[in-house]
Amino acid sequence: MITLGDYLVVSAILFTIGFAGVILRRNLIVILMSLELMLNAANLSLVALPDYDAQVFVFFVITVAAAEVAVGLALLVSLYRARQTTDVSDITSLKF
Amino acid sequence: MSPFLFWIFAVLTVIFGAAVVLNRNPVAGALSLVVSFLGLSALFMSLDAFFVGIIQVLVYAGAVMVLFLFIIMLLDIRAEERRRINWLAAAGGIGVAVILLVQICMVISHFQPARRSFPPLARSTTDDVRNIGRLLFNNYNLPFQIIGVLVLVATIGVVILSRREPR
Repeated sequence: MITLGDYLVVSAILFTIGFAGVILRRNLIVILMSLELMLNAANLSLVALPDYDAQVFVFFVITVAAAEVAVGLALLVSLYRARQTTDVSDITSLKF
Repeated sequence: MSPFLFWIFAVLTVIFGAAVVLNRNPVAGALSLVVSFLGLSALFMSLDAFFVGIIQVLVYAGAVMVLFLFIIMLLDIRAEERRRINWLAAAGGIGVAVILLVQICMVISHFQPARRSFPPLARSTTDDVRNIGRLLFNNYNLPFQIIGVLVLVATIGVVILSRREPR
């Protein structure tokens, strides 16, 4: 028998994988993809709640995520034009 | 949905999600992310959320991943060369992630409703697209319009960001 807790645990594992990707990887594109993974993990735990309001909220989250990806990739392209790199360890202007 | 199918799709989603983080080649990572999203969409369908499952395939596996692959192709990003891994930093990062996972799992294990199985979401006479549409255009009409403005602003921002500076 599948319970609500099983879905929440799968969602937690996915979120942790995305979180680990954000703090471990240095390639900016992989970091953006890990962010998508975290947003989708949150979506899974919202859909698991037996409520249609949660699904409307998931609809909003998907829209915001699409806008976020578009802006993030545009920033990535302009960063690549300025510095010819997508590696976050090469961007040290603000580093103390 | 049978528990067997649930575990197949859950394991598929988690394994390919891990492949996104572990792959050195960004193209392989993006394709793993597509498979992970398809598995997640199957999990949505298993919760009777057909509309969200379809949107997941159309928007994520379709539009967003094409955008990622297009940018990878445009910038011609190769697989990273094998640089020396700072093992201390990597162990610290993995440790923080594992602590987060353990904490979330402890919260879930103390959450009483998590042990119940699923109540039926609604009477089976109405489909979920109609229910979501009703909610979206009645209760959530103002947020819906605000999100439209947000997408418009994001579009204008992307156009301005990706324009070359005239010299």
